[in-house]
Amino acid sequence: MEMLSGGDMLVRSLQDQGVEYVFGYPGGSALHIYDAIFRNKAVKHILVRHEQAATHAADGYARVTGQAGVVLVTSGPGATNAITGIATAYMDSIPMVVISGQVPSDKIGEDAFQETDMVGVSRPIVKHSFLVKCASEIPDTVKKAFYIATTGRPGPVVIDVPKDVTSPAETYEYEYPKKVKIRSYFPAEKGHSGQIKKAVQLLLEAKRPVIYAGGGVVLGDASKQLTELARQLNYPVTNTLMGLGSFPGTDQQFLGMLGMHGTFEANTAMHHADVILAIGARFDDRVTNTPSKFCPGAKIIHVDIDPASISKTIQADVPIVGSVQSVLGEMLDLLKNSKTSPDEQALNDWWQQINDWRERHGLYTKNRFDSTGQIKPQEVIQALHEVTNGEAIVTSDVGQHQMFAAQYYPFKRPRQWINSGGLGTMGFGLPAAMGAQFGEREQTVVCVTGEGSIQMCIQELSTCTQYHLPVKIICLNNQALGMVRQWQDLHYDGRYSESLYEESLPDFVKLMESYGHVGMRVTERSELKAKLEECFAMKDRVVFMDIYVDQSEHVYPMQVAPNGAMRDMWLSKTERT
Amino acid sequence: MAEIKDGGKSVRIISLLMENAPGALSRVVGLFSQRGYNIETLTVAPTDDNSLSRLTLTTIGSEHVIEQITKNLNKLIDVVKLVDLTEGSHIERELMLVKVKASGNLREEVKRCVDIFRGQIVDVTSTVYTVQIVGASDKLDAFVQAVSDAQILEVVRSGVSGIARGEKVLSL
Repeated sequence: MEMLSGGDMLVRSLQDQGVEYVFGYPGGSALHIYDAIFRNKAVKHILVRHEQAATHAADGYARVTGQAGVVLVTSGPGATNAITGIATAYMDSIPMVVISGQVPSDKIGEDAFQETDMVGVSRPIVKHSFLVKCASEIPDTVKKAFYIATTGRPGPVVIDVPKDVTSPAETYEYEYPKKVKIRSYFPAEKGHSGQIKKAVQLLLEAKRPVIYAGGGVVLGDASKQLTELARQLNYPVTNTLMGLGSFPGTDQQFLGMLGMHGTFEANTAMHHADVILAIGARFDDRVTNTPSKFCPGAKIIHVDIDPASISKTIQADVPIVGSVQSVLGEMLDLLKNSKTSPDEQALNDWWQQINDWRERHGLYTKNRFDSTGQIKPQEVIQALHEVTNGEAIVTSDVGQHQMFAAQYYPFKRPRQWINSGGLGTMGFGLPAAMGAQFGEREQTVVCVTGEGSIQMCIQELSTCTQYHLPVKIICLNNQALGMVRQWQDLHYDGRYSESLYEESLPDFVKLMESYGHVGMRVTERSELKAKLEECFAMKDRVVFMDIYVDQSEHVYPMQVAPNGAMRDMWLSKTERT
Repeated sequence: MAEIKDGGKSVRIISLLMENAPGALSRVVGLFSQRGYNIETLTVAPTDDNSLSRLTLTTIGSEHVIEQITKNLNKLIDVVKLVDLTEGSHIERELMLVKVKASGNLREEVKRCVDIFRGQIVDVTSTVYTVQIVGASDKLDAFVQAVSDAQILEVVRSGVSGIARGEKVLSL
């Protein structure tokens, strides 16, 4: 049997696990591991400029490929810098394995240099964590970590490795385990067939059905089944922010996103629905608005792999715990053999009603913004969609630009839309775009951002230079923290407390040039399309488009809160439902 | 329709088997603080199988909160098996040690009280009795009330341990 040191075993385990990229940043406690990385030819290490970016990049890679993203950081500040990215992945159920160096075992607890209790600090934001006690445990621990991170409801797993454990001084017999068994961990697979039958029955009896599909459909690779089910039944589909792309965004049956900034038709249809099929969605507070007023006439079928997500905020009438792919597959089988079919008359009426809503206030029937004066952020996204043929992988940061991208870029396929939905992490967009580009080398990757968010991880422009990552950055520059400003307009009488930059922004064009990238400034509507085309023609360059947009623009629709129902929305600054 | 109704609250005894490993306990306890649940009592010790610890806790919550607690506990990788003992008939025991002032004519009265509660005096000085009482939590509460506050010097309670009645067992 092969004899390897702890550090070598760790890297070899990653190789044998099939890991292609590790995103990381070296430091004292991780140096033995980095030496092993240096000598390993299979696992490629990507040096970021800040550990937060390592986690976001690994996260972006995971979202695009479906494989666990891998992060390697040192102890102390390296580990704590990774925390925001771990929390981001945790909230969105992204598979990730984070390896953190730790001070030597005999120093743990002594407040040693660069010591942080990483297992303790990360505890509430990981699916599980390990502190490796001796080198011989490494292969098994790595195998378990990947198994836990990628199965069931995915999530980040931390492996904290004290420096002595990776020491080159001692070697051990190395064998990477083929199988793993954890006696306390049995992720759900098949759903309860009795419950699935009940659900199909209820679906077929529905008069005003809505399919409400979330990120679980993307994570569980069940878009095909979802689309088939929706088509077969001819039921309307709405997506959560995380679910966008799981159903084709340009399909007639698609109502758009629901929730706080969801479309009028999606939110109104949800409110009036009699049966809601929730799949891989978790009735997040940004979706339900006031729970006591949520969808008063609806019976709810809730399919989720995580039992704790079911009946957490909204009581399910037919709960089904299982993988969305398997449950939807079983539903399709039942439908195939079913003698009953949906009530055609009722469904026609329902579609007529929905189309009427669409006609009146729909986001896509006509422009819901005024295309005069300064460039509007919405039209930038529309133009972006056109120029990229709706094919680009789009990452975003957090704020108004994120909502505009979600609303105005109809996504065709799952894993095309990458954003921090749960935690809402500014700074996510650029590093996530890097990870996405590593995952899909041939695809165009665009980061939609704002001049606020981009500055939270702007140092990664240097990483883009080092690895020739030709991501395109579309910065909707309104010279303000747009979403904060919007809330200050709506709830604080326009007192813009600390949401304005007051002429302190850098010259982004010059900044890009200094990194060796291309910067473009757009201020006129007439040049927008041409400049975008110019940008995407530069296939092998990072291009940053600094697009000056109307500062006063708000994101609409916007649900009325607090105490609003799904259908209570502001449709513009002056119209309310 | 589907709002969660927060009905009446009740005391529950949740007992679980978890990996006897570092960090396991902190994950269980952390879950409670992280999600805003209460722990009233907590006991934990290894079982006959040294790789497992048995942890018993009591908590107060509505049906819905208890359901979320058990679901989230079950999700923890270190938790192997779990039972809500209050769902079935069960035996509940807690051990209490009480240091009581016992001088003069109080000595006899405290002794009588201990006898009534079937406790034992496990340590004696000329002025102090140390009393041990075992029973369900409300019996322990009753004893504390019975010997009036002024006489009690110190109270130590173990927290609740429990086991299901009859054939039902919590094991691998």
